[in-house]
Amino acid sequence: MSLGSVPLKYKISIDRDQCMKCMRCVDNCSYGVYRIEDDKIIIDSRKCTACHRCISMCPRDAINLKERPVDYRSHPLWTTEAREDVINQARTGKIILAGMGNAVDYPIIFDRLVLDACQVTNPSIDPLREPMELRTYIGKKPSKLEFTKNNGDIDLTTQLTPNLKLATPLMIGHMSYGAISLNAQLSLAKAVAKTGTFMGTGEGGMHESIYPYQDHTIVQIASGRFGVDIDYLERGAAIEIKVGQGAKPGIGGHLPGEKVCADVSCTRMIPLGSDAISPAPHHDIYSIEDLAQLVRSLKEATNWEKPVFVKIAAVHNVAAIAAGIARSSADAVVIDGFKGGTGAAPKVFRDNVGIPIEAAIAAVDQKLNDQGIRNEVSIIASGGIRNSGDLAKSIALGADAVYIGTASLIALGCRVCGNCYRGLCPWGIATQKSELVERIDPEVGAQNVANLIHAWTLELSELMGAAGLNSIESLRGNRERLRGYMLDQGLLDVMQIDSVGA
Amino acid sequence: MCGIIGVIDRTMSRMDGSHIKRALSLMDERGSGEGAGYVAYGIYPDYADCYAIHVFFDNLLEPKTRVDAILKQWGRIVHQEEIPTYEQPGLKKEHIPWRYFFKPFTDLVVGSTNPDDDNVTNLVMAINTEVEGALVFSSGKNLGVFKASGWPEDVANFYRIEDYKGYIWLAHNRYPTNTSGWWGGAHPFNLLDWSVVHNGEITSYGTNRRYVEGQGYQCTMLTDTEVVAYLFDLLGRKHGLPSEMVVEALAPPFWDEIDEMPEKKEEFMKALRLTYGPALMNGPFAIVVATKDGIVGFTDRIKLRPLIVGENGSKLYISSEEAAIRTMDPDVDTIYMPRAGEPVIGRVVE
Repeated sequence: MSLGSVPLKYKISIDRDQCMKCMRCVDNCSYGVYRIEDDKIIIDSRKCTACHRCISMCPRDAINLKERPVDYRSHPLWTTEAREDVINQARTGKIILAGMGNAVDYPIIFDRLVLDACQVTNPSIDPLREPMELRTYIGKKPSKLEFTKNNGDIDLTTQLTPNLKLATPLMIGHMSYGAISLNAQLSLAKAVAKTGTFMGTGEGGMHESIYPYQDHTIVQIASGRFGVDIDYLERGAAIEIKVGQGAKPGIGGHLPGEKVCADVSCTRMIPLGSDAISPAPHHDIYSIEDLAQLVRSLKEATNWEKPVFVKIAAVHNVAAIAAGIARSSADAVVIDGFKGGTGAAPKVFRDNVGIPIEAAIAAVDQKLNDQGIRNEVSIIASGGIRNSGDLAKSIALGADAVYIGTASLIALGCRVCGNCYRGLCPWGIATQKSELVERIDPEVGAQNVANLIHAWTLELSELMGAAGLNSIESLRGNRERLRGYMLDQGLLDVMQIDSVGA
Repeated sequence: MCGIIGVIDRTMSRMDGSHIKRALSLMDERGSGEGAGYVAYGIYPDYADCYAIHVFFDNLLEPKTRVDAILKQWGRIVHQEEIPTYEQPGLKKEHIPWRYFFKPFTDLVVGSTNPDDDNVTNLVMAINTEVEGALVFSSGKNLGVFKASGWPEDVANFYRIEDYKGYIWLAHNRYPTNTSGWWGGAHPFNLLDWSVVHNGEITSYGTNRRYVEGQGYQCTMLTDTEVVAYLFDLLGRKHGLPSEMVVEALAPPFWDEIDEMPEKKEEFMKALRLTYGPALMNGPFAIVVATKDGIVGFTDRIKLRPLIVGENGSKLYISSEEAAIRTMDPDVDTIYMPRAGEPVIGRVVE
């Protein structure tokens, strides 16, 4: 009857010669791997998540971690994971939960795309000596300029609608207070304020300690409408309607009651300790015209002073859906690819539903361009953007800007262990336990995240200069400057890029 | 490399092609003998109200039959003939240059404020994408492009351009990189009233191309220069922007400069950049664009290609090299170098 235990995922060992018994590992591990018995550090490797908190805190580099120390009989179809999932579900009869992004070994298209640089016929531009423009405006743009001429003076008739002004085409995506800790969110808020860009609040309302940075926030309305009132809408620099998320397209969200502490309950406007369940659809959006109505309602409520974004998961028909969104009063379409992160998602969704962001950007950009409305609406891409190379490639494929999520958390300490949904994050990020949250100093966290944004911005400038471009507009949708390396013809056609050498 | 030169006589007094031939030939070092071309405005006064459609035919059988049929379907061919050419030792006839003088049927294009022009634009796009062995390389009224693969003097002698008299001339000497020296790849590029000569490379080509394609243009010439003609047509003709404003959209001031501008100008430039972001041209270039009303020369925003301006009375010269201007007009009295992105405009005085 008993299925017995499955082998260890990780095996922790301590080099006892190196160890000085400072007990930092014991103090730091929130999963309970270490305990002290008779002045000896005892290890329970089964509890380890490979979060690396102990390793990073060990002053003697005495801790070693080995992944999958026990071999299964190798089998190409029945992988270890496949077998363990079956065992798990045979035991529990439940949906398997997982954290972080898609963990299946799909090809990474970004790594099959290469960028261009100038040689001879077009000089590269040195960003240290010449102007390099990364400033990006997110929002509706006119299709043409209207003006009148009066005695030689030109008077604009065109009225620009409010746009977000970004110093760099890089924002931090929506991670709610609740999913992440207040100190983590505060670090992100301070970082975007420092770097002239924006962050999403997620569907969790806005805690009052974020108020000083509210001009750099995009407030989110998701299907649960948690934390939404008129003050919330007015505080944000922009408003985002979240229809879907790349990590779990087509389903809602679930914040377990354990994470709903007093502060979270106030910010979300829900009872203390209650599960916060966002339904799968918005129950006032059953059609594209319903969405257009909600966009208009939000604009009306905020005097048409705020850009409104609509976020969708990258699914098969993403281009047509985006074209529908572009026809509403929405200012930007956010597309979230299937490698996007999450605090918690059913594993079967995380690993199997949706399409990669690279193809989604290309398809949406192309569809909007075919309809002659590409420049009138902005495209924000997210879901698996790891470095400035991915950023540059996203823009060359057609995005106006990107959201990063996981990368910004890694800058706060996250090691992508994928146990966010358990609320025990030893780095103080995906947890509401005060003793863990305190591990993040928002000032230090903000500096780390700001450093990351700054570094990518510098690298993007260098990449653009090397490609002979001095403004971001000229990289956007410039697929001539991309080549596919070992990509199949189908993908090359979708992305409308040539192969290397062509 | 590539060498360019343009001239306008603002009183519309017409000049024959012999001077510009000499000026362009002086810049042989900037080319490779694989492409040269000329465009002149005011050369067909007898057919001034017809679109002069210049076509390269690979042969006069199927391609011409198909082009004839398309033209007759969409309008009336007032006159047609082979463009007179004279083979040179270094330049043989690879295509048959042909010209039609064409009047479109106005009532065939619906929903257009400018049905004649839109009709002809559609025809050019259709012929160039659909008819194998035919390439329309000039389609404006009372103007004509003459180009081929060869050195400037050979191309000029091939067409005997001294036989044509125009009040605007642009000329281009090509050092090809993008495409080998095929005739269609030589400059000037023309669409309707717009002609473009270009020295350099447009590194933003992919972005610019997608933008004009989204607005109904089709890029068929395999080179980055034609997109300039389409951008001028879109912004200048369809959107009605004056030439200075078109140049401001294509080579706008930097944001740092815009931020320092007086409020009204700042607001205007911001609107211009936001509206026409995908039209912004990046890369090293010097460009001269002509219409029947004048010429505009400008460079990229950091001036990575040379551009020199000369003036003498009613004549305005724009060129890659001062020597070329002085060859054309030894008495030129003003010579200056425009700043990066600064438009140089010569308008006809009616």
